[in-house]
Amino acid sequence: MTTPDGVLVVGASAAGLATAEALRRKGYQGPLTVLGAEPHLPYDRPPLSKQVLCGQWEPARARLRPEAMLSALDASFVLGDPAVRLDVAGRSVHTASGRVLTAEAVVLATGLRPRTLPGQDGLAGVHVLRTLDDALALRAELLTASRVVVVGDGVLGAEIAATARGMGCAVTMAGPQEAPLAYQFGPLPARLLADLHASRGVELRLGAGVTGLSAEDGRVTGVCLATGEVLPADVVVVAFGAAPATEWLSGSGLLCDNGIVCDSRCRAAAGVYAAGDVARWHHETLDALLRLENRTNATEQGIAVAANILGADQPYTPVPYFWTDQFDAKIHVYGTLRADAEVSVVEGDPADRRFVALYRHGGVVIGVLGWNMPKQARLRRREVDAVLVGGKS
Amino acid sequence: MKVSVDQEKCCGAGTCVLLAPDVFDQRDEDGIVVLLDETPPEALHETVREAVSVCPGVAISVDE
Repeated sequence: MTTPDGVLVVGASAAGLATAEALRRKGYQGPLTVLGAEPHLPYDRPPLSKQVLCGQWEPARARLRPEAMLSALDASFVLGDPAVRLDVAGRSVHTASGRVLTAEAVVLATGLRPRTLPGQDGLAGVHVLRTLDDALALRAELLTASRVVVVGDGVLGAEIAATARGMGCAVTMAGPQEAPLAYQFGPLPARLLADLHASRGVELRLGAGVTGLSAEDGRVTGVCLATGEVLPADVVVVAFGAAPATEWLSGSGLLCDNGIVCDSRCRAAAGVYAAGDVARWHHETLDALLRLENRTNATEQGIAVAANILGADQPYTPVPYFWTDQFDAKIHVYGTLRADAEVSVVEGDPADRRFVALYRHGGVVIGVLGWNMPKQARLRRREVDAVLVGGKS
Repeated sequence: MKVSVDQEKCCGAGTCVLLAPDVFDQRDEDGIVVLLDETPPEALHETVREAVSVCPGVAISVDE
């Protein structure tokens, strides 16, 4: 094992915490600092658009670890102090408050920033959903909203629309796809999702781009579509994608192109690694640069980075996985889906809203989608695995 | 080591089963975690700790 003289993890969310925990599990006993931009102890993001937003969970229930477990990690958590500059050669990070933190290995896990619409900043009634504070601010407004428009027809937008509808709000979902997640899922599951949302009372205004917002006296009044139509709203949630949080690295010399570009070991430069949503690394089996925005990747990549910091010299070659819960649909996806794949239902029946579908492209299975059949979908994962990692189970 | 699972938090990913099939399983009907061995042998402790860390639903905890 290589033992660096100090590790600094920039980012105190799932990827950063997983890196820190894996370093300790693997026997690293040296100094360990976790720097977080937000003031909160590490918390989980997937519940923000569901259990936390609807109020089923108190925010504390979304914490990633109890405080006793964080203490046992013997790491120094520096919270509420965003990183503003990285010195790659010196492996030091400068923070907004003026701290300078230096370590032999630096892990960059700064995540994403939500994309926004022109004119959105400072406008009352307009929300994004990335942080716990975002979720609580949105929740407070949903409790009294009369007409909510969700701009976004991907996973996050669809989850927020379902949750807001479940809270009793009048909800419209807007976005360019013909059905939620159509670009990714292809026609069959996307159509089922559209039917599900419509049957629960979400108004779908899809198939038209969103161009901006209308406002009066500093408060949003509607969402403008490319068709010229304006969807009236007193609360708008903008959830149409996010960008890697790399602006603080400009001038560092690191290559940032849709994420921090890394080699197959998730290394961006000597002694500098990246993990989670922000990392775009070389997936050796796919022979391509890949960046994954999902919860499981944050953890698995953090663990891989920890191993490589300690000298494992292993490529990171995961089978991508994500899940989404919308109303009573629990959808699990292994591998990669694409809208032009050949889709075959191999278990269950879409008519029963319980099935597993295999996605084939170029003659090989590239992905598995399970709809309310999590275990059966997971058992099919090995069919993707066989392609991705050469038959290793 | 004593393992416990929170079935309400479980998202049904099955990452625990992939890592430690002797300790965890999933229900056939909804994929929710089933704990097979509450006190796994020492040889499995390291794997169970990894399952705790990797669980995307933060649904597994251990008392050591």
